[in-house]
Amino acid sequence: MSYPTSININGNAYHKSVDPRTLLVHFIREECGLTGTHIGCDTSNCGACTVLLDGNAVKSCTVLAVQANNHEITTVEGLANDDGSFTPVQEGFRQEHGLQCGYCTPGMLMAATALLDEIPNPSEQEIRENLEGNLCRCTGYEMIVRSVQWAAQNPDGIPVQIGESS
Amino acid sequence: MSIVGTKVIRKEDPNLLTGRGQFVDDIQLTGTTHMAFVRSTEAHALIKGIDVSAALECEGVIGAWTAADLELPPLPGVPGLERPALAIDKVRFVGEAVAVIVAESKYAAADGTELVIVDYEPLGAVTSIEEATAEDAPLLYEELGSNTVAEVPTEDDHQAIFDAAPHTETIKLVNNRCTAAPIETNACLADYGPAGLTIWASFQAPHHLRNRISAWLDIPQDQCRVITPDVGGGFGQKINFTPEFFVAPVLSKILNRPVKYSQTRSEAMTSMYHGRAQEQEVSVAFDNEGKIQALKVFASQDMGGYADGTGMGMPVLTTAMSAGCYVIPNVSIAWRNVLTNTTPIAAYRGAGRPEATYLIERAMDHIAYKLDMDPTEVRRRNYIPKDSFPYPTHSELAVYDSGNFEGALDELLNIMDYESLREEQAANRENSQKPLLGIGFSSWLEIAGFGPPGSLEGFGHLGSWESVQIRIQPDGSAIIYTGASPHGQGTVTTFAQIASEYLGIDYEKISVRHGDTATIPQGIGTMGSRQVAVGGEGVKNASLKIVENAKSIAAHKLEANPEDIEVADGSLFVKGTPSKNLTWAEVATFSFQRLELPETMDPGSLDTTILQEVPNFSFPSGAYACVIEIDRQTGDARIRDMYLVDDCGTVINPLLAEGQVHGGVAQGIAQALYEEFSYDENGQPTTATFIDYLMPGAPDLPSYISGRINTPNPNNSLGAKGIGESGSVGTPPAVMNAVVDAVRHLGVTHIDMPATPQKLWEILQGGSK
Repeated sequence: MSYPTSININGNAYHKSVDPRTLLVHFIREECGLTGTHIGCDTSNCGACTVLLDGNAVKSCTVLAVQANNHEITTVEGLANDDGSFTPVQEGFRQEHGLQCGYCTPGMLMAATALLDEIPNPSEQEIRENLEGNLCRCTGYEMIVRSVQWAAQNPDGIPVQIGESS
Repeated sequence: MSIVGTKVIRKEDPNLLTGRGQFVDDIQLTGTTHMAFVRSTEAHALIKGIDVSAALECEGVIGAWTAADLELPPLPGVPGLERPALAIDKVRFVGEAVAVIVAESKYAAADGTELVIVDYEPLGAVTSIEEATAEDAPLLYEELGSNTVAEVPTEDDHQAIFDAAPHTETIKLVNNRCTAAPIETNACLADYGPAGLTIWASFQAPHHLRNRISAWLDIPQDQCRVITPDVGGGFGQKINFTPEFFVAPVLSKILNRPVKYSQTRSEAMTSMYHGRAQEQEVSVAFDNEGKIQALKVFASQDMGGYADGTGMGMPVLTTAMSAGCYVIPNVSIAWRNVLTNTTPIAAYRGAGRPEATYLIERAMDHIAYKLDMDPTEVRRRNYIPKDSFPYPTHSELAVYDSGNFEGALDELLNIMDYESLREEQAANRENSQKPLLGIGFSSWLEIAGFGPPGSLEGFGHLGSWESVQIRIQPDGSAIIYTGASPHGQGTVTTFAQIASEYLGIDYEKISVRHGDTATIPQGIGTMGSRQVAVGGEGVKNASLKIVENAKSIAAHKLEANPEDIEVADGSLFVKGTPSKNLTWAEVATFSFQRLELPETMDPGSLDTTILQEVPNFSFPSGAYACVIEIDRQTGDARIRDMYLVDDCGTVINPLLAEGQVHGGVAQGIAQALYEEFSYDENGQPTTATFIDYLMPGAPDLPSYISGRINTPNPNNSLGAKGIGESGSVGTPPAVMNAVVDAVRHLGVTHIDMPATPQKLWEILQGGSK
């Protein structure tokens, strides 16, 4: 049995017919080919699959695709501005070495984006607590904290084009 | 200004920050099928039958196979102890692959695995070294007659010195079993067509894997291509020959379609090789001044269900490095490898050296307890003096190249206020409203920069060098191809920095390519903190070789002597006459044009390949301190501060070096306070998901206070030692020394890792030991 499902992802409408058990993360990755959103566990602990659902951070492994029917999703591919410039959060992670292997990064970016949307100037403790649902095995988190602080302090970011490297 | 040693943000980041990274599971090939394993639910059992018929009826399932169907050779491994790709007749740990399903979708493949019925006849399971070595223990291999697969007794136990010593202490330590758990699990995509095999794999050493797969499949290496695209962390856990990398190509050939495998986390927790799991008996003899007279170490390595070659080497590294930073005139070492019905053991960040540092640094604190001496003072009295290098040790493997252990401690005490902390500790003990404060030290030293000829061959690698090819493009930009295979270390950035420094080409015009056996010269891979100390040295030497040829071309065109040509800021010019110059682009173009070259030079001279060797290992060292607070009501231990002084020799990029230290320290804290992979008495894993295995999150870890000293590595011209594993080596004893220090007034001298709230709460309730 499959259900027609329409989800707006990053401003584009995707109409697919899916098995009702299909997880949102698999809809995003396998059906829509948006592979920036990653999967790191099967128990909703790691947060690598975090996306914005109507502006709120959710773990897309914990939402069924059919539950997102007629909702709006933002993934990491939808973060950068139309001119290719980074959001403050993306730029903060770049400036403060908030990523190493980059696998948890899309989820971190989405969780941090949601955090700053809610708390524009979070304390270190607020940053750490709000990112509790996102695991990183490379950084030890301090540089992720600094990255989010950078973004909070630079709400306009720095317009760096994708592909430029310093 | 020199770009080496400068904070440069990474070339790797833009793709990874925009969802444009490409990890194995992101790659979509037309006609891809999906593979899933049926895994053993028993720790030790005979397989009496496997029924795949129901799975074959499942919608979307293409096929199901067992060992009997495929008749595969054993996986590459230790001769006589190889593991099968799929279990044959017997399973030896929970999670071992028993059968394999291929289906049209991931969901259908998972459905198929649920329908396979395996008839097990359980045998008794051994889940610890103690059980496995008991007289009547069930045997993993009946034919061996023992679960101990290797044993090296001591040559001299120095008993007379122990007998005569003013003091002796013997401690038993458990270095807890951990899993590296990179956030990307194992994954591969095999595409075996008429022209050969291409396999994308999440792996740290693509050529290593290619050479083994081609031999295993009996196909020429030229027709076997391994690509390691973006790899989501490794930490030593992605250098192992697990079944998926071998079974997927076989099934792709059978089906004539691409076969993809994306491991679930629950599978990864039991099937990716674990680390540590070493038990140690450590004895020290020392005088009234705290000077060590003798050290005796017996390391028992839990191998898990199959003996991996790297895993068997862990106690070799541990016992080689057991004397740490200290002058110890008599060292006695012995070790053994023991099979148990658990997930097999191999390298995890630090690989044998965290175990060494832990035992000697815990022993140093035990000496301090016995003599009622400050832990820093005990260390000072035993350090190898800074003018004693090269310093031969009890082990032929380890000839320390450089270091300043007392200097690192001095710098550590310089960045922390030790005296005030001791005062605060004393005051807190008297005030029941305050948490108990503990201060712990670790003076650590590790063996890295693998390595000198023979060092990696012993772990099954082709060589111990690293390959670097630099090709100057006609426009004067440069592409570096390296056999190093980074997965988060930032090597694309650091190698570009080194090349820019010595080529005189703008950093922005240098790219680094890696992870493709079809295009990269035969390489070794990323492990053992070797990339900068070995590969980086290769980048420098390849750059210098190219510059020499470029100078000859420029000299020819400028009618000058090659010795008079200098390189700077993207051009080559005559010394003292900068107006007589050529841009790098001009020289690069000429290098391809016969008519523009000196007669003695052929086109293509700005393309060179080096297999960089090094004469010795490197020995990163440092001094760490941990300040911990223990909640008196709950036993919860929280790190307040970590002070970190590293000596990795020359730093290429301080931002990236700091990141490497932080990550290693985080894993070290995790081992000390949170993580332990455990089993029940039947060999069932009790921590096989991220719910139960406590990988720390952001609120669980502190910020870090860093210092640095620099004693350059004399064995490479960069002076770099490596830094990838340092944090995971130096941290666990600092944390555990702090934990014990916090409850020392209760008579406690020992707590095993991880120092969980439960253990500490029991101690605080009066159950001290």
